[in-house]
Amino acid sequence: MANQWQALTALGNEMAEVVEIGPYRIAERFDVALASIAMRRGQDKAFAAAAKKVKVPLPDPARHETGSPFSAFWVAPDMWFVEADFATHEDIVAALKPAFGDAASITEQTDAWVRFDVTGERMAPLVERLTNLDLAVQPEGFASRTIIEHLGVYLVKHGANSLTLYGPRSSAQGLLHALEVTAKSVA
Amino acid sequence: MSQSNRISGGQIDRSKTFRFTFDGMPYTGHPGDTLASALLANGVRLMGRSFKYHRPRGPISAGSEEPNALVQLRSGARQEPNTRATVAELFDGLQASSQNAWPSLKLDAMAINDKLNSFFTAGFYYKTFMWPAAFWEKLYEPIIRRAAGLGALTREEDPDEYDKGFAHCDLLVIGAGPAGLMAALTAGRAGARVILADEDFRMGGRLNAESLEVGGRAGAEWASAVVAELMSMPNVRMMARTTVVGAFDHGIYSVVERVSDHLAVPEAGKPRQTLWRIYSKRAILAGGATERPIAFENNDRPGIMLAGALRSYANRWGVAVGDRVAVFTNNDDGLRTARDLQSKGVDVAAVIDSRDGGDLLPGIRHLQGAQVIDSAGRLGLKSVTVRLANGKTETIACTALGVSGGWNPNVNITSHHRSRPEWREDISAFVPGAGGPANLTSVGAAGGALSTHGALATGQAQAIAALADLGFTATADTLPQAEDAPIAVSPLWYVHEGKGRAWIDQQNDVTVKDVKLAHQENFTSVEHLKRYTTLGMATDQGKTGNVLGIAVMAELTGQSIPATGTTIYRPPYTPVAMGTLAGRSRGKEFKPFRLTPSHKWASEQGAIFVEVGNWLRTQWVPKPGETTWRESVDREVLATRKSVGICDVTTLGKIDIQGTDAGAFLDRVYSNTFSTLAVGKCRYGLMLREDGMVFDDGTTARMGDNEYVMTTTTANAVTVFRHLEYCRQCLWPDMDVQIISTTEAWAQYSVAGPNARKLLQKIVDQDISDAAFPYMGAGNITIGGMRARLFRISFSGELAYEVAVPTRYGDALIRKLAAAGAEFDAVVYGTEALGVMRIEKGHVAGGELNGQSTALNMGLGKMVSKKKDSIGMVLSQREGMNSADGYRLVGVKPVDPNGSISAGSHFMEIGAPVELASDGGWLTSKVYSPHLGCDIALGYLKAGDQKIGRRMRAVNFLTKTDTEIEIVSPHFFDPEGERLRG
Amino acid sequence: MIINHPILGPRDAQEFVYLGDANLINRPDGMTAGIEAFHDYLYNRDNPAGEHRELWYHEQGDRSWLVVTRNTVTHEILKVELARDVAKAQGRSK
Repeated sequence: MANQWQALTALGNEMAEVVEIGPYRIAERFDVALASIAMRRGQDKAFAAAAKKVKVPLPDPARHETGSPFSAFWVAPDMWFVEADFATHEDIVAALKPAFGDAASITEQTDAWVRFDVTGERMAPLVERLTNLDLAVQPEGFASRTIIEHLGVYLVKHGANSLTLYGPRSSAQGLLHALEVTAKSVA
Repeated sequence: MSQSNRISGGQIDRSKTFRFTFDGMPYTGHPGDTLASALLANGVRLMGRSFKYHRPRGPISAGSEEPNALVQLRSGARQEPNTRATVAELFDGLQASSQNAWPSLKLDAMAINDKLNSFFTAGFYYKTFMWPAAFWEKLYEPIIRRAAGLGALTREEDPDEYDKGFAHCDLLVIGAGPAGLMAALTAGRAGARVILADEDFRMGGRLNAESLEVGGRAGAEWASAVVAELMSMPNVRMMARTTVVGAFDHGIYSVVERVSDHLAVPEAGKPRQTLWRIYSKRAILAGGATERPIAFENNDRPGIMLAGALRSYANRWGVAVGDRVAVFTNNDDGLRTARDLQSKGVDVAAVIDSRDGGDLLPGIRHLQGAQVIDSAGRLGLKSVTVRLANGKTETIACTALGVSGGWNPNVNITSHHRSRPEWREDISAFVPGAGGPANLTSVGAAGGALSTHGALATGQAQAIAALADLGFTATADTLPQAEDAPIAVSPLWYVHEGKGRAWIDQQNDVTVKDVKLAHQENFTSVEHLKRYTTLGMATDQGKTGNVLGIAVMAELTGQSIPATGTTIYRPPYTPVAMGTLAGRSRGKEFKPFRLTPSHKWASEQGAIFVEVGNWLRTQWVPKPGETTWRESVDREVLATRKSVGICDVTTLGKIDIQGTDAGAFLDRVYSNTFSTLAVGKCRYGLMLREDGMVFDDGTTARMGDNEYVMTTTTANAVTVFRHLEYCRQCLWPDMDVQIISTTEAWAQYSVAGPNARKLLQKIVDQDISDAAFPYMGAGNITIGGMRARLFRISFSGELAYEVAVPTRYGDALIRKLAAAGAEFDAVVYGTEALGVMRIEKGHVAGGELNGQSTALNMGLGKMVSKKKDSIGMVLSQREGMNSADGYRLVGVKPVDPNGSISAGSHFMEIGAPVELASDGGWLTSKVYSPHLGCDIALGYLKAGDQKIGRRMRAVNFLTKTDTEIEIVSPHFFDPEGERLRG
Repeated sequence: MIINHPILGPRDAQEFVYLGDANLINRPDGMTAGIEAFHDYLYNRDNPAGEHRELWYHEQGDRSWLVVTRNTVTHEILKVELARDVAKAQGRSK
């Protein structure tokens, strides 16, 4: 079916965009499926068991955990965002629902977000002009929602020089613009 | 004249020469100079004219407290008014000009004000421009603005960029003089995260301006060594050219870094300035102290400055402000100036010391018990007149006079949380009072420790104490040797002799006489004094004059200074440019905009976009030959009603609501019932606020037993979600409900019109006949194998569906819909056509959902179920909201089909006078209906349900229209709804 | 301002939306309480110069509603709790 349905990235292109400015590389990611998964009340045991069975990590608050085929980060009490490879998990809800059944509320989030992976040496000056989070003291795997230029963004710290940002898809151009001008400012 | 006043020494780089101009005249200076130091080196003392009297003025300081030397820097769009020459870092090619003078600085026509000074005394604004009130705008204000202006704006857009940033630390040290350096060093060596911010481009504070030794070497050298050590520490961040302008709650400081102000033009892409928000766990104020003058007659001539500034220019910049200088002091610090200048080879004419007794300065004419009573020199100081201890007067020729009335600790930031400074008698100055910002302590001169040793010792001790709170162990290393002399000040605020004017606040031209007048007219409280005389206002906020003014008032009232009180300082510490506060949020970048999934395609079609919230929505899509928007909109409406139209409705809020209590939850938040809705169906829902007013509306579909999809209006998507979280967490915490926004996850299009089904059936894989997919049906479908959602709902009143696919396929879907619709002459319609069709159908939207209307007002009163509890149900039953003569939604048509009506018009009876008492309500929304061929409107009319068929008037004061109208049902089109069920 | 979130630690107040008096949690039951009770609940508030319990929503965060006990004079924040826990402790359920 896919050939009938030309997908466009959040930036409105057929291919994901990569921007390089000074030491920074800002790469749009278009190959990740995303779903929210929320535990239903009183279903703690069933929920945990199902997660274990299909290998969905359930990290602590403010944490991201990488796994295969699923990675996940905490977004709210009893709620996580689950990531998977888009090529194999385009219908990510259908992939998760059989295992969780009535233990979880699962919602597709893939296209609600634009994802940028930001890498580069000297990440600190870039980050501190974008977000108020004290990222320098946070460990790898830190994940949090934050505000970048008026936009609500999920930020995951993979390492000292590697971040993932999930911003609202409709404002993809605005978020990229903010990243670009800031990168130029500190490059 | 090439740097004729330059003497040896100083921290300037003489190997490089900068060229710059002031009022068009070329001069030279060196790296390390300020504009003021370079001009003084070139013998230029006159730098500005005063605000009110246009008196010739030169700098009185060498720092950010400067009231006089305000100049314009640069030219063109980068021209910046009201910049203090004393802190403007010199760069090659700098163009500076004086301001507030015409035709020139030396020959200023407005100096006539000086001759009319008796007219411009304290309170003159209040007395002179009292009446008639109508004169204010047209006459008084323009005159005052022209005469009393500061610099001028260019009215061009600022070409520079401004960043914002967020920085975090354990300890923020404000000021890099001896106290701040010692505090930062102590904390840095202990391993704490330290930020050291200093407004100067060279760290070291007063050590750069003094000949004092620290640890056996020149103070400036010691400072350089400490700065170098701090720079080498990864845990210490050194921020020069950075001013802490405000203290906010919980350790947050607002900080301006002048990234590129010392360059002619910022590097490409780099900001001019960065506004930092610094989060600190502890903070130390080491902001130093500001010297204050002694007021005497004509104490404002160029060449008269603070004694410490005179010393700064000599020691730091190698500038002798005059070839023959004198010092007027009431304390030992003034003597230091005389000694330093003499040792640099400057001719010191005399030291006029108001105190009696004590040691005489060796080798200098030290006049004890003497006072300066007047000065001479029109555009610059030529001599001072001195009353000697023996009662005789003597005129002493000099071209510079240093005045020292003692030092005021820079307590400003400690006042930002309304803490009042406290008076300390031993140093005759205000020091930080109790109740300042939590976790902020003051050290060094800012805390009242006025010696170098005191600065080092308090800086170290307070750093240790602050770090101990945070669990760091900092060691008290042996302090370097430094002077620890007392200030030995003997207060003298103003010289009582003389009939002329003695300036207190030079920026606002406030004199001792003005304070006396305020006292005489009973404006004796400090706050009244400030407003009546303008003491302490404008760009310098009274840094040099405030305490003097208070002291004069204290003397007049016979009260002590602490009993007289002090004004408290507010942020910012020094002026902040608006561009810095705006950052990147200006023009097109004020806020990020949001694009719909069909944006690319719509752009290709030539769509006109309109901002709705932050969204850019298609407003209409003009076709070739169409010359007015109405032509396009009429065509879109008629074509949709005739065949089929397509509209992007992605912007409507979508919220996924799941859980075993999802239905019960919706029953609580909607005024009507949703728990009984069948799976695969949707229903229009009305949401109230707890006060009974309508909050939002939309269609909610049941996709499964425990799964609903709610839609909200575009405008309220965020607030509805917030409200649902509030209900779920605060009101019914045990309900099993999970919610998440899916607004952007799905691209959703409305397909409306008699041929809507035919069009969709061409691409939908399942049967969507009326039997298989009836009115208000909802479900998951596939389109060419792609997972999709279909809702049979209508806002236009036509047979209509909303169809959704994952957003990345939204562009593909709109192209498929357009292609499939070609045989039906399908149109794309925008928000204007949508508005026309919804008003033709009498559906409420923005103008009706105005936050002060009830369900009853909208004709939807029956939707509020009283069989169950829901938000707003109880208070919607209040008597006043249910009166029979309350507002009801009605339709409106002009009696003459060619008549024009406008939204916002008020209903009035025919023949009624146009006055408030005749007001019967108002028209909320109006469009031209191509279907009916006339203007139509909706409106809230008192007892409107009883007035259908009546003729009234629509009166509009703004458009000055008064049109006869007919009140009709709000359902103009297909009132039985046969079309949408077709 | 900094709000010390019970789950996420100190967070800048700019991430939050303020609602008002935490007494809003104590909503009467619409099926038993009358207009007077709702009127009192919705409109009658204390306005203390001092300690005040108020509702803040971590909109640009984890979407938790919080009950923040704050001194309205000094802005000192004395206590921060999850509103859901407070509501349950006050006997609210479904």
